[in-house]
Parts: sequence; structure tokens; C-alpha cells
Amino acid sequence: MPILTALSEAVGHTPLVRLRSLEAEAPGVQILAKVDWFNPGGSVKDRAALGIVQELVARGILTRGGTRALLDSTSGNTGVAYAWIGASLGLKVALVMPENVSAARKQLAARFGAEIIFSDAQEQSDGAIRLARKLSKEQPDRYVYADQYSNLNNPGAHEKTTAEELWAETGGALTHFVAGLGTTGTVMGTGRGLKGKNPGITIIAVEPDDPFHALEGLKHLPSSIVPPIYRESGHDRKLLVSTDDGWDMADRLIRDEGLLAGHSAGAAAMGALRIAKELSSSGTGGCVACLLPDRADRYLPPPP
Amino acid sequence: MAITVKIPAPLRPLAQNQSEVALEAANTVGAAVDELGKRFPGLKDRLLDDKGGLRRYVNLFRNDEDVRASGGLTTALKDGDRLAIVPAIAGGSR
Repeated sequence: MPILTALSEAVGHTPLVRLRSLEAEAPGVQILAKVDWFNPGGSVKDRAALGIVQELVARGILTRGGTRALLDSTSGNTGVAYAWIGASLGLKVALVMPENVSAARKQLAARFGAEIIFSDAQEQSDGAIRLARKLSKEQPDRYVYADQYSNLNNPGAHEKTTAEELWAETGGALTHFVAGLGTTGTVMGTGRGLKGKNPGITIIAVEPDDPFHALEGLKHLPSSIVPPIYRESGHDRKLLVSTDDGWDMADRLIRDEGLLAGHSAGAAAMGALRIAKELSSSGTGGCVACLLPDRADRYLPPPP
Repeated sequence: MAITVKIPAPLRPLAQNQSEVALEAANTVGAAVDELGKRFPGLKDRLLDDKGGLRRYVNLFRNDEDVRASGGLTTALKDGDRLAIVPAIAGGSR
């Protein structure tokens, strides 16, 4: 690897690894995991955040040492991504988070110098969205609303990076892509990019099975503010995964694969396993890739 | 004896869209959950698992203290206590 000018150049090109303990349950099907916590900020969100920041810088809206701050609502990982990218590029960052976001993520974002604004925990991530909208409207000189939920550079980053990587790394053998729905940027962008390579690739979105769930980072769309970047036509299928199934699969990936998977990663892998079992029992075979957004240690309590 | 229970947005449709519910005569967190279940069918199942324990991804806070640290469902409640049901932050709510 060459010497990098800035850490932002290290975003993407994360490992793609076989999940052999899951493959054992689906003979004839390859199950792959894109381990996106290998990004510098520790999550898939580095991809979208970098795409969003680069565009604001290119348009001169954000400048090194400038007074306006990039503002967004985030359940944590996007905040960490904006925060480190901002620190690395000399840009101000302000984040609205529900106050019950994990302590590890609050502290991380603050360490990078981001301004943290808390919204009501009971209102969840939609409460953070509403507060960010309000602040950016009231103080336009202070805040630039990046709005990861409607910013086309979010799916755009996945189209340019995640899809390209998966296509190249599987040598065009990929038949199915599985990822969770949060901002929906991963599914929309990667899906579009992969369909551009081969329209026959099936795109599967994983969604929590209930509005009251604990698959952090994922959204139950029927009960949520639907992200403007979301299109139902952006995936071929939707799989509902329960919190218990997602958590159990995360434990399994940790124990059997040595992958310190977070809960949304567990949910995505659960979706991949279900698809792989279908392909195996129908005898069609295939190559199923899922994306693992972040690591379990984002959710561990802080040391005493 | 009255306690206040804060209902998170994704569970409000089960609780007649109320964000706060007042309960009478609930001496413990478990009794409060039972009472909620009686008044709002379906709500108890979201909080407790098949064995009647608190689901591992549901947090209940009594006056800002996680009840897991104070006896779980057996945690005593007194007049004026506030009980908050705090879900993972990922879920949405219109």
C-alpha cells in the first residue's frame, strides 16, 4: 500500500471473507461477508460520510478552518465518521444524537472535536432528524445540514465503492447481495451499482420485524420517517429479521468465525443464511454476499 | 400510589398513542408491566420474553436508574416514581 496523504484515502477496500460455518448449512452456496468495520472510523458509514463531505468541500460550502459546521442527525456511526473525517480535513462537525445512543459512540465523536447535541431518547432517531432540521433552518450561518437520509452522495458512495469492490472481488460471480435498511444508502447504492454490472444480481434488504427492536442502525420503515433516498424498486426482496435472530447470529459470528459482529451485522448475516439455504435446497447454488456494518465493541459499556 | 410510565414512540400505537401512562397500585416493576399488559393488550409481550423475564434488548429505567442493577422486575416502586421504557435507538417513529 502506498503512503497516504490523508486517512480518508483508506476508506473502502474492506475484506471480503467466506462465512464457512454458515456455508456448512447451505451446501453448494458461497456465503461472503464484506467486513466494513475495517474502515478507519470502524463502520460502513465512512463510505457515505466521505462521499457527502467531499461533495460539500468541492462545492465550497465547507472549507478548512471555516465557521460553518456540517450538521447531521445520526444514531452514532455516521457521527463518528463525520467527526474523524472532519478532524482529518480541518472541517467543523455538529451532530444530533438521541441521548440513549451508546456511550462509546458519544465519546468517540466528541474526542474528534465534534459538537454533540442531544435529542429526546423516547423519540428515537426520528426525533434527532426533526431537531437537526430545526437547527439548520434556524441557524443557516452556523450549520450546513448534510442530511444523510436524503443526500444522494450517500447511495452514490456505495454505488462507486461498495458495488465496484464486490463485483471485482468476486470476479463477477456474485448472485445475491444482502444488507440492512437504515438510511437505506447501502442497499440503494450498492444495489444500483451491482445491477449496472449484472441486472441478474438479486438485491435483498433486511428490515427489523417490529417497530420496537434493538438492531441498532436499522430502521423499521413502515413505522418510520421513510428516507427520501429510499425506493422500493431498489431491492428485489425484503427479509424481516427479529432482534433475537440478529443478536444470536452476531454471537455465532463471534464464536464460530472470529468476527466481532455488531447486531445489525448479525441481522444481515441471518438474511444471507436464509437466502443461501433457499438456493441450496432448490439446487441452484449461488454466491451470496452480505455487508457487516460495524463491530460489537461499539456497543460494549464503557470501562468502570 | 401512582407511578408514571414513559412509552417510547414505537410502542405508542399499542398504548392508544399515549407517551405517558399513569399507573395505580404497582408496587414493583413487574407489577407495573403486568398492569400495562392488562390495560394495553400486546404491550407486555414486547417487554417480556417467553419465560417472563425482561427481554434482553429492553431497558427499563426507574428514575434514570437501570432496573437491571436494582433487582430487575422485583425492583420496588413507590409513589411518584417514573418508569421509562427505553428501546434501542434505531427504530423509527413518525
